[in-house]
Amino acid sequence: MNNPVLRLENVTMQFGGVVAVDDLSMEVREGEIVALIGPNGAGKTTAFNVVTGVYAPTNGCLYLDGKPYLCEHPRGRGKREYLGSDAEKFAHQPTLRKTPDQITKMGLARTFQNIRLFGNLTVFENVLIAKHMHARGGFLAATFRLNRKEEARMRREAMELLEIVGLADQKDEQASSLPYGQQRRLEIARALATDPRLLILDEPAAGMNPQETVELTAFIREIREKFNLSILLIEHHMNLVMDISDRIYVLEFGKLIAEGKPDAVRADPRVIEAYLGVDLDA
Amino acid sequence: MKNKKTRNLLCTLLLAAVLLGLLLYIDNSDLKSSMLSAVLQKGAIYALLVVSMNLLNGFTGLFSLGQAGFMLLGAYTYAILTIPVAQRANVYQYFDGGLVQFQMPQLPALILAGIVAALFAALIGAPVLRLKSDYLAIATLGFAEILRAVIQWEKLGPLTNASNILRKFTGYSSILFPFIVAGICIAVIVLLINSTYGRAFKAIREDEIAAEAMGINLMKHKMISFCTSSFFAGIGGALLAMFQHNVQAKSFTTAMTYEILLIVVIGGIGSITGSILGSFLYVACSEWWLRFLDNPTVIGTFKVPLLGHGFRMVVFSVVIMVIVLFYRQGLMGTREFSWDAIFAFFGKVGRFFKGLFGGKKTVKGGAVNE
Repeated sequence: MNNPVLRLENVTMQFGGVVAVDDLSMEVREGEIVALIGPNGAGKTTAFNVVTGVYAPTNGCLYLDGKPYLCEHPRGRGKREYLGSDAEKFAHQPTLRKTPDQITKMGLARTFQNIRLFGNLTVFENVLIAKHMHARGGFLAATFRLNRKEEARMRREAMELLEIVGLADQKDEQASSLPYGQQRRLEIARALATDPRLLILDEPAAGMNPQETVELTAFIREIREKFNLSILLIEHHMNLVMDISDRIYVLEFGKLIAEGKPDAVRADPRVIEAYLGVDLDA
Repeated sequence: MKNKKTRNLLCTLLLAAVLLGLLLYIDNSDLKSSMLSAVLQKGAIYALLVVSMNLLNGFTGLFSLGQAGFMLLGAYTYAILTIPVAQRANVYQYFDGGLVQFQMPQLPALILAGIVAALFAALIGAPVLRLKSDYLAIATLGFAEILRAVIQWEKLGPLTNASNILRKFTGYSSILFPFIVAGICIAVIVLLINSTYGRAFKAIREDEIAAEAMGINLMKHKMISFCTSSFFAGIGGALLAMFQHNVQAKSFTTAMTYEILLIVVIGGIGSITGSILGSFLYVACSEWWLRFLDNPTVIGTFKVPLLGHGFRMVVFSVVIMVIVLFYRQGLMGTREFSWDAIFAFFGKVGRFFKGLFGGKKTVKGGAVNE
């Protein structure tokens, strides 16, 4: 149906003798909300760090809107010690390693598991900073205020965004002084300010009470509609995942063990055995 | 809101006018060669140096200790380019008048001093800015030390006069000069800090990983901050050379960097007005107000104990320790001076006195009720 916004092709991430992510292929299509789940230590966070460019994969290619942004294959000593599969598949492709800021510019925005706001700055400044990357004026133009139009546009857009996420009244407050739930909201707003095609959320409901989780679910749905987004999320809260996802990928020991619609995944015996059996009924 | 803005603007203009009048008065009277005038000039030059270091350490969060090195580059560039041709044989007496045989006008030479410092910053920035915190400090410190040694190298003599003093270069006649130059430079730094690039610097200070995830190119922005800071350090170094009328590489020691870092901390890391205020207070304290401690004093037949050469620095160190202990955030913290705060303070004082009298009244009222 829809084109894939994010595509992972045979991604393997190996640390020394440990294969944290093994031959992972998955995709997020336009307008979808996709969840990546798995028991502790399954390699979710590693996969996340590969997708966002924090780690370069040992093997495999990643594409955003069909354009490759990370492409690696094992070489030299790494090849001899390589424990994954498809070692030769990408050998003919040029290596590609975009840095996180370049990946963000391509349209992939993220939030962090342990909130990383610019704590000493105001709520408004936090969002405004994310607008900086689209600034076209050089630093001299910015210093001597030759970019008035651009600056005004950035401020207006940042303000609009704060109104949409419902933080307009707190705009002059210090980011670190907000309550936890609002900090999460602000972090998502900051990510949205980079005008992403794909938003990836790292455990957005971590540390939230049931009420806040319900609000978050509604919020994620709302921003998908408003900003025409695709969303990839890593999550532990099964209620949230089953409620919100269009499709789910399940990892165990770095390997993909199931994929599909929430109901299908919930019924999959391998998934139940690995992870869900206990949690889901609880 | 608008009223407040006009009031603040008026207050600022008034203060600027008073300061200008004071400077003009000092400039045209016997006070020109007094301690007050020297402290004011050096304070202005230090203000620029401290603000430029604050841009890097306080606003971008890069702990660099290369300030003295960049000042040295600026001072030497300016001095070498503005010594009159006729005087060169005299200054470069061991090197047959030196290599450079022309004299540049003052302002272009001053700007060139900044550019040379910025170029060196760009050169060492590429490898050095990949380092974090303490490692960056050590690398930049090493750069400044190496530079000081290289400038004194005998082989570079025709250009730098080796370890000999450089003098007779163009100075300034009015004490307003350092104030105007430092004022313009600080204004530019403030404009940069309040621009979208300044916000990106602060983002890097707050959280590098988050800043990078927000699409901020770390290397590019650190480089901009580093080079801009060095540019103004170079100009500050040139001003310092003019103020001292001579320049010698061996005086640009690490201690000088520490001195400037100390003012950054005292004034408040991340506060421009704190840096400026701190500079004047520091210079006044170290050069002037505590001078009497260095002179053995005899009152009548009683010789005051301890007073004597070097005691000033002992007291000065204690003063600084007290400031650091009791003003953890420096004088201003990360806040800036604002008229609103001043008026609010006087308002509070007013209410306090009102409260005192008001309090007495209620006591009286109570007595009546009984």
